[in-house]
Amino acid sequence: MTAVLAPGSTKPHHKQALGVRFSGLGRSFGSSGDRRIVLRDVTVEVKPSEILAILGTSGCGKSTLLRAAAGLDIPDSGEVLIDGTPVTGIDERCAVAFQEPRLLPWHTLQANVAIGLPKSSSASAGKAKVLELLKLVGLDAFAKHRPREVSGGMAQRTSLARALARNPGVLLLDEPFGALDALTRIKMQDLLLDIHRAQPTTVLLVTHDVDEALQLADRILVLGRGDADEPGSTIAELVTVPGARPRDRNSADLGALRSSLLSLLGVTGH
Amino acid sequence: MSAEYVTPISKEGLEATGFPVPAPAAKGNGGRTRLRGGRRVGVVLLGLIVPALILLAWHLSTASGYFRPSQLPSPASVLAAAVDLVQRGQLANHILISTQRVLLGFLIGSLLGVLAGALLGLSRIADILLTPTVGALRAVPSLAWVPLLVLWIGINEDSKVTLISIGAFFPVFTTLYLGLRHVDRNLVEAARAFGLNGVRLLTTVQLPAVVPALFSGLRLALAQSWLFLVAAELIASSMGLGFLLTDSQQTGRVDRIILAIILLAVIGKTTDALLGIAERWAVRRWA
Repeated sequence: MTAVLAPGSTKPHHKQALGVRFSGLGRSFGSSGDRRIVLRDVTVEVKPSEILAILGTSGCGKSTLLRAAAGLDIPDSGEVLIDGTPVTGIDERCAVAFQEPRLLPWHTLQANVAIGLPKSSSASAGKAKVLELLKLVGLDAFAKHRPREVSGGMAQRTSLARALARNPGVLLLDEPFGALDALTRIKMQDLLLDIHRAQPTTVLLVTHDVDEALQLADRILVLGRGDADEPGSTIAELVTVPGARPRDRNSADLGALRSSLLSLLGVTGH
Repeated sequence: MSAEYVTPISKEGLEATGFPVPAPAAKGNGGRTRLRGGRRVGVVLLGLIVPALILLAWHLSTASGYFRPSQLPSPASVLAAAVDLVQRGQLANHILISTQRVLLGFLIGSLLGVLAGALLGLSRIADILLTPTVGALRAVPSLAWVPLLVLWIGINEDSKVTLISIGAFFPVFTTLYLGLRHVDRNLVEAARAFGLNGVRLLTTVQLPAVVPALFSGLRLALAQSWLFLVAAELIASSMGLGFLLTDSQQTGRVDRIILAIILLAVIGKTTDALLGIAERWAVRRWA
């Protein structure tokens, strides 16, 4: 399971990590008569190579924010800038891993990972890269298996490998470990940190799991109502997580931060 | 392959006599494969029980004189009618021309069905513009086209193949159209997120996703093709199994009528079984 990243064995095959800036982002859904504002005035700067966790209650617009960065959704107001240039559609510089693996059931894991390759890559280089990534996520022995022949955790690792195949300047993770069992989730979090250490790309991680955010993120952005009494979510809190990774899951600092984050999310008494 | 067919029959024979048969699971993988092959042969054999009983009842009811030969000829006389037609060199012609008409009409109709289903299933504008029209055309009972086809195209091969094509078109069109509209949105979105669009999105995600649905549409279309063949041949033809039916009705040859019906059942079932094999392969490959 644990991918061993021997120094020098993996070429630095990612593009340079890119900074992301959300600037006055707003999004509402529904027709003009029945409009529901989901996001308002989200402005935040994410540094290259940073891991930013986006926390929030369900339905607060976490995924909408991520989808705006991927170019899968067009905001009503404001914009997303990656490396200084605005996102106008599906963006080559980003790669997404969703909550569900979303693999093509008729393809092998290898072929599914190859979907993520950038258009420009040659066939032989692409194949080598796919095999390397499958090895990285510990699935080289399952390259020829179909998604339904492997476990949920393995499918999710394949989905992660597919995102990495894109050489992303920004890696967008939409609750990628949310549907996994607790043990597999911890292993996946360690794998993500291994990958990030070897190839430090910028990561936006949407999650509803406070502990996951505390383990993985440099900073945590909490989406919520904020101070103003207006509809829609905005940045309720933006905190830097103390300590270098890997962090002790039981440290007192993190415990205090966990309590304050939970109360921001409306859970008190923990 | 031959071992798969021979072994299980004898094994089931043993079981039928109450002879203890060793559990196949103990034999490992080879034994399991053989059992599966054996099950399939067993299923086929069980499926033949009812036809065999019908044949027996048919034979007994005619041999006992319960039915007069002019009402229901015996199995033997139907067989004799078949041999007679073969010796005259007519039966093969009837079968071949009917099969040719069905296959041509099926191919043309299902090809057009695939094209139209893909267009309306994928393009929102085409869907809005054309779906009401296609729906109305589908509501026209198929035989209503016959007078028009005869006037426009004439009484020839083309009008028959056209009628069969109409019959084959709608099942393929409908299943593909609905299949494409219900392709998992999450899969399509994920593929789009990785830069797939247009033709590549179609060939990578949307078409593979509807292959199983397409094959069930094709099987329905083939059944429809045989239905429309008989309709076309009953109305105007000088050859084919449908013609054999009308011609025998006029000459009072019940034995030939029954022969034609049996042939339609056997050939129809055979073509359906062949397509069924292709469907099973496709479902394994794409589902």
